[in-house]
Amino acid sequence: MNETRFTDQHEWVRVDGGEGTVGITRYATEQLGDVVYVELPKIGRSLAKGAEAAVVESVKAASEIYAPVGGSVTAANEALNDDPAKVNADPEGEGWFFKLKLANAAELSALMTAGQYADYVKGL
Amino acid sequence: MRYLPLTNDDRAAMLAKIGARDVDALFRDVPKSAVVPLSAFELPDGQGEIEVERALSRLAARNVAAGAGPFFCGAGAYKHHVPAAVDHLIQRSEFLTSYTPYQPEIAQGTLQYLFEFQTQVALLTGMEVANASLYDGSTATAEAVLMAQRLTKRPKAVLSGGLHPHYAETVETVAGLSGTVVRAPVRPGRAEDIAALIDEETSCVVVQSPDVFGLIRDLKPVAEAAHAKGALLVAVVTEIVSLGLIEPPGHQGADIVAAEGQSIGNGLSFGGPYVGLFATREKFIRQMPGRLSGETVDAEGRRGYVLTLSTREQHIRREKATSNICTNSGLCALAFTIHLSLLGEDGFTRLARANHAKAAALADRLAKLNGVSLMTPFFFNEFALRLPKPAAGVVEAMAAKGILAGVPASRLLPHEPAARDLLIVAATETNTEEDCAAFAKMLGDVLP
Amino acid sequence: MTMNNQGSPTATGAGQTREPATISGDRGMDHEERLIFELGRPGMSGVDIPRVEIAESRLAGQRRKGPIGLPGLSEPEVVRHYVRLSRMNYSIDAGLYPLGSCTMKHNPRLNEKLARLPGFGDLHPLAPLSAAQGALALIGELMRWLTALTGMPAVTMVPKAGAHGELCGMLTIRAAIAARGEQRPRVLVPESAHGTNPATATFAGFTVDEIKATPKGRVDVAALEAKLGPDVGAVMLTNPNTCGLFERDVLRIAQLVHKAGAYFYCDGANFNAIAGRVRPGDLGVDAMHINLHKTFSTPHGGGGPGAGPVVLSAALAPFAPLPLLVHDASGFRLIEDRDEVPAGARPFGRMCAFHGQMGMFVRALATMLSHGRDGIRQASEDAVLSANYILASLKDAMSAPFEGPCMHEALFDDEFLHDSGVTTLDFAKAMIDEGYHPMTVYFPLVVHGAMLIEPTESESKESLDRFIRVLGTMALEAKAGKRERFEGAPRLVPRRRLDETAASRKPVLRWKPKEMPKAAE
Repeated sequence: MNETRFTDQHEWVRVDGGEGTVGITRYATEQLGDVVYVELPKIGRSLAKGAEAAVVESVKAASEIYAPVGGSVTAANEALNDDPAKVNADPEGEGWFFKLKLANAAELSALMTAGQYADYVKGL
Repeated sequence: MRYLPLTNDDRAAMLAKIGARDVDALFRDVPKSAVVPLSAFELPDGQGEIEVERALSRLAARNVAAGAGPFFCGAGAYKHHVPAAVDHLIQRSEFLTSYTPYQPEIAQGTLQYLFEFQTQVALLTGMEVANASLYDGSTATAEAVLMAQRLTKRPKAVLSGGLHPHYAETVETVAGLSGTVVRAPVRPGRAEDIAALIDEETSCVVVQSPDVFGLIRDLKPVAEAAHAKGALLVAVVTEIVSLGLIEPPGHQGADIVAAEGQSIGNGLSFGGPYVGLFATREKFIRQMPGRLSGETVDAEGRRGYVLTLSTREQHIRREKATSNICTNSGLCALAFTIHLSLLGEDGFTRLARANHAKAAALADRLAKLNGVSLMTPFFFNEFALRLPKPAAGVVEAMAAKGILAGVPASRLLPHEPAARDLLIVAATETNTEEDCAAFAKMLGDVLP
Repeated sequence: MTMNNQGSPTATGAGQTREPATISGDRGMDHEERLIFELGRPGMSGVDIPRVEIAESRLAGQRRKGPIGLPGLSEPEVVRHYVRLSRMNYSIDAGLYPLGSCTMKHNPRLNEKLARLPGFGDLHPLAPLSAAQGALALIGELMRWLTALTGMPAVTMVPKAGAHGELCGMLTIRAAIAARGEQRPRVLVPESAHGTNPATATFAGFTVDEIKATPKGRVDVAALEAKLGPDVGAVMLTNPNTCGLFERDVLRIAQLVHKAGAYFYCDGANFNAIAGRVRPGDLGVDAMHINLHKTFSTPHGGGGPGAGPVVLSAALAPFAPLPLLVHDASGFRLIEDRDEVPAGARPFGRMCAFHGQMGMFVRALATMLSHGRDGIRQASEDAVLSANYILASLKDAMSAPFEGPCMHEALFDDEFLHDSGVTTLDFAKAMIDEGYHPMTVYFPLVVHGAMLIEPTESESKESLDRFIRVLGTMALEAKAGKRERFEGAPRLVPRRRLDETAASRKPVLRWKPKEMPKAAE
């Protein structure tokens, strides 16, 4: 399975071979404005689904990023420390936040598909 | 009333525009039972400038100003000469009557002096960055401990016995909420073995130098002991002029410096307002409390300054803020900045030398008196004397004769038997040879 | 993620170079000014202090090794530098400063003069008490005024600012709860509250639970009642609230809070609307801080210093922090030690060194004596009248989310800018070109594109009329799609909009010399 799923809190997770990559959606970055700082989780940290995993700051706001699914952190996108603008430029690509090894792949089924998320955003 | 520009005709016309019968109608949301008549307040009616000035001048006259006679009090607040230009400049309307620089286009004056202030504090303390000031040295120290708790995620703070007792009590009250605070025993004139109190739970060690008895501490071994256990060193300075002569904490391994800046630019004012200095290492700035002025450019590419990293602050992060602080001590920080700019490198170091020379000469002179011994072997401009009788009574006796001889240590440490006979004496550039001679003579007279 | 998009947008807007450029880079009386570190020359000083010889023997081998790095300037150079900087600031002395919830009112100069009397300004905090009786009497007199004006039995003078006072109040509540042997970890805070309220409650060890507002901009009493319970320690309420409205149900709220065994904390930031007319003690308040720089006109000084005494109910008074001021046959005394407190007192600790912001106390008392009780009441009435006058005069040109009357501040939203292409930020920045400091924008958060105007009692009717005319015309132009004066505003100021994103992404927080001496690790 290699599919991107979305939360109603505007995180996305893309799973590839039991590892999920997590970031925030373009809609989220448009709401936040210019991202100036990202606080990433430590590698090895174990996160429950919905746990506070990272913090993203724009000039005007600071927001928490929650783990869309549970798992342990395997990588953090250190490139964002030097260049947080990547989050605005390519939120669903180079602007990823962290990767985690899924604890329970079944949790994915509760998340939205791309189509469902697009409809959800339209309704906001 | 001279401060209120509206006339009764104006008020009537404004009420008519609003469509309200009278001013009471504007307060219609206030429950009737909660509105009280003027007579409910047992207070006088308004007065003119002459009467107000007379009333408050009478109260002022009942105090003994530091400048009224020979004066040697310190212990966290120091009498220094502040050049006349400082007070003139800080009273300019544009500084005195402006708000926090939330609209940077029309607040570059404030933002630039804060940037200068931050730079000066970083240079003086030998640290990489500083904030735009906190309330005072004691609250800055408490904030430093909280910051260390956040950075290390450890609960315990170890305080040196030489930390100003008011500072220690402030830390206990504020940092004690989220952790534990351990105070090392008080050893006047000696450095305690604080390393023994540091363990794996320790977030920080707080050491003041020069300490409350004036002792210059060697911070390097404390920093090494703290760092070896993963704890931070918080260095406290209550007499910032000392940094014109002695090694700054930043060169001795301090991770956070919390200091009182009153000595530069600010009067004694019975304890406030003062200005808290707060400096740290660049890697810790996201956990630093308080406001920051940062350099940037405007839409035309010109250099300018803005309040920055404000997402750490309460108005945005609300319950997740690093601190609940809103204000800094803006005008006191400005006084500090102007005074230090006037002094410059040469003036500041000469000021420090003058203080040390005065204090050293005074210590030598007083230590010769019968029964008096100097407790502080190494000091900047302040030292403790052991007297042959309780210091509080000696201070009162000398005050009655017009000399403010210093601070009895028992005022700060009422339960410390070792403090009973100790007198904390400070000398600065403001003390004349005559002051010092009068002090020595009078002290000799009141001692048995 | 939390979708927190509050706060003001910060785009710099389109750049526009002014023509023709001057040779000097200055523009008439607008001078560019470099940093103090870029001025001066080694060896110069603006203070004459003789160089004295010192012995090394008492320095414990800790003598400073390298230079500090401070520049050297003469007095005229320093004076010119800071005078030039001052001229880049807006101030209440120079113009209307309608910053809602900040209360920019006139700062009488008598107060400055009195705070500098040597008996106050040059008095050491640890001078023998016999040498400070006048200062202690002044604090005592200020305490009398504050308790009389608020109808509260006690007050603690130590907090150094409003937020410090809030913390003091919440720690007092915490101590009172602990003394009852209870666990009450929750604090209820309305969503319209100042950011300090939730920050303070968290700092004091409570968890924060938000209460919704009604469509009329007030606390939803039913929602509050539903959230009250035996685990609630306090409710923090600002009254008048941040929408500029009086909480009509305040007596009922106090009753509910007390019935649940909790304490009623009132944020006194807006006391200036009701001082001399309404006593918070009569409203059932248990603790309230008073921002002396708002209600009693001590100067804001570019962001401090302030002072935040806290008035306390009889239930909370015993827990006030050290030091305590007492008056007996021997005169005034400060009690600085827990073991010496009067019977029944159980201070929760110490908030700071020494005994509070004396310099601010002198100024506040001078304001009180000058106004008197009648003047204080008149000032509150004029502040409320002026705000209502602005609301009534501009509510058609602009748009107001709530029905009046308001208290001392008039709240507008950005409904009138809908589809105009002009934002609240643009509107505020364009006011700068018109010679006004903007109002508070994007606060309170419960209103879209909020603009909170607080004229205070210090403006003449002529000044208010002119302000209304300018804002009314601006609103008409915005609505008519005339965007020129809004886009990229302000123009007629020392700096155009500044790039806050760049400032945050790569923070530059200090000047650095070309060759940075490396700090020892």
